[in-house]
Amino acid sequence: MSSRDDILASIRANLPRVDRPLPHVPLFDNDPPGSLLSAFKDNLHRMGGVFLDPPTTADILAPVRAKIADAKVVCSTVPEIAGNRDIAGVGAPRELADIDFAVVRASFAVAETGSVLLSDADLRVNGVAYLAQHLIVLLDPADIVVNLHHAYRRPEFRDRHYASFHTGPSATADIEGVLIHGAQGVRSLSVLPIARATGNRIH
Amino acid sequence: MSTTRERTDDAMLHPEMRAGADPDAIIRGGRRLDHAEGTSKPLRPAPELQPRGAKVRGNRPIDQQEAAARFIAATEHEKMHDERLWDLRQKRDREMHGISEWEELRSLASAIKEHTLTHLDEYLDQFEAKARSNGIHVHWARDAAEHNQIVHGILRDHGATSLIKSKSMLTEECGFRHYMASVGIEVIETDLGERIQQLDNEDPSHVVVPAVHKLRTDVAEVFSHTIGTDPGNTDVHYLAEAQREATRPLILKADAGMTGANFVVAETGTFVVCTNEGNADLSANVPKLHIASIGIEKIIPRLEHLAVFVRLLSRSALGSPMTQYTSHFRGPRAGGEMHVVLVDNGRSERLGLEEFWTSLKCIRCGACMNTCPVYRRSGGLSYGATYSGPIGLIIDPTFNARKYSNLPFASSLNGSCTNVCPVKINIHEQIYAWRRVLVKQHEVPLVKKAAMKAAGVLLSQPTAYRAAIASADTALAHLPRFVIYNGLNAWGKHREVPHPPKQTFHSWYHANRGAKL
Repeated sequence: MSSRDDILASIRANLPRVDRPLPHVPLFDNDPPGSLLSAFKDNLHRMGGVFLDPPTTADILAPVRAKIADAKVVCSTVPEIAGNRDIAGVGAPRELADIDFAVVRASFAVAETGSVLLSDADLRVNGVAYLAQHLIVLLDPADIVVNLHHAYRRPEFRDRHYASFHTGPSATADIEGVLIHGAQGVRSLSVLPIARATGNRIH
Repeated sequence: MSTTRERTDDAMLHPEMRAGADPDAIIRGGRRLDHAEGTSKPLRPAPELQPRGAKVRGNRPIDQQEAAARFIAATEHEKMHDERLWDLRQKRDREMHGISEWEELRSLASAIKEHTLTHLDEYLDQFEAKARSNGIHVHWARDAAEHNQIVHGILRDHGATSLIKSKSMLTEECGFRHYMASVGIEVIETDLGERIQQLDNEDPSHVVVPAVHKLRTDVAEVFSHTIGTDPGNTDVHYLAEAQREATRPLILKADAGMTGANFVVAETGTFVVCTNEGNADLSANVPKLHIASIGIEKIIPRLEHLAVFVRLLSRSALGSPMTQYTSHFRGPRAGGEMHVVLVDNGRSERLGLEEFWTSLKCIRCGACMNTCPVYRRSGGLSYGATYSGPIGLIIDPTFNARKYSNLPFASSLNGSCTNVCPVKINIHEQIYAWRRVLVKQHEVPLVKKAAMKAAGVLLSQPTAYRAAIASADTALAHLPRFVIYNGLNAWGKHREVPHPPKQTFHSWYHANRGAKL
């Protein structure tokens, strides 16, 4: 017998003879926060992320431009910001190792946890979100769901080969519980709320 | 009525461990951040030589008490360990109180896991078919040896000689690094804590925070003779940065990447990996080849169930609302190749143990370890096994009943582990049941057997039990110290036995509530 058949046979021989029905999982959304955007912002801050308050006048992208002004290598996968490293020309992910800032757009965000979802479609090359020193995420305020129960109803988890919740930057406290940002991945994660460009709206 | 007891989260077990200043803190908007495994308050131990773990001699029973005694004797290590893990427990409580449906989530998690385990063959079948149709290569391994051979075979087929990996308890269980070294494959752990342990040639001491038993001075010592840091510099930011800089080139040149998985979703063929460092995503997304080693019990039916577990995992483990990264792998990326190895290694047999099969519900959060007074004061390496703490006591004997025959006795049976378990495993009851099984199998030394026999008789007779507890409490209150703190009572060593209650719960209940029934 193959290992597969062996294991399945062993499982069948040992299955507990008890009746355990699959429960219904509620959405737990009876008491949503007044503003999904401000709940998202608060929770993002708790997790070490930075919420970029958009200026009410003039250039809404000014906070992003200020951040990347002095960066040597910027890689952008969004039409709103032009970088100087074209992701379309990247052969192997390791070519992204010298990137200072990556700028991407999130598929959506979760108010409960302050998470943004980045899929392979958003990133183009998955490694860019981990090899860059800093990550800037554009988020349409219309794309925030209240909690993880709603999040897992989104199509990305059925359509995409890769999708990752980023909740703040790479972090560790493996030495004496001292919190460090930038353990292996990005040293900072900033989120700017900005609607998707017209004609670019997916949802 | 006074409200002074409201903020119990500030209570410290060892107030002397609190640092006078907090120069390492990350402050945002006036708030000190304590997400991930960060402490809620600054702690500062004094340098001290690190005590080592249990002495492992082949198949001979591990002497957990001996190793625990050495850990306790290293007072700075012991107090720091105790305080840090208690801090995680308190952060967990804070998160729990922030979610009104917490207990409902625990019940759902338990029910989903029990349903899945009782239909495990069907869901594994469904996952395999779906994953294959997504382009994932699926392998099956009966045991640790077969797992290691399969992974080696995949690497050999690709001419791969270096492997970056994220932390996986399953690969620890399989002795994976040891095997790979024997066949000439370089394995690089990318989780900071796991990397520290690898460089120190020591096992992880905790399922979530592998180097929690080490002080910063211990890490500085390890790094100074492995990655060349300044031995006199024990600054944590310096040490973490040095490790990042040393590991990055290894990540970039690795031939293959490996991860474990926290959850597997049958309906979509997805596996989910949770980390705080993003190291699993580097391991999976930088090299072309990604191999995931997954225990067969990790499976759940549908995406809607995943929400329950993701909400519980990091809150239970670290008191942080979410891991920094929760990544969903449903298929290989363009130009990449993805393999999943489904590993049994004793799990299907455990499913047939009537009293113990629910231990397979475990999601490896470590909450039972953080709350356990024995674990907090002994250190994880004192157990001499892959899994330590309360969950280890009920899993390890399934691997080797003789070698781990002492472990189920490393518990006060206080039940705190059961109370914090996010999937409601009756851990302390299973610990007691294991004692009974091991005594029956003659794996238990004589002193423990005598005590067990007496306890067994008492526990089977409620009236005698109540009388014995009442008189034991009376005796504890009046006996001279040398009777309580003698050599036969292992857990009276190095600690004070709690003050006995003036009245037992049963007699209080009888006097105060009994009449109302």
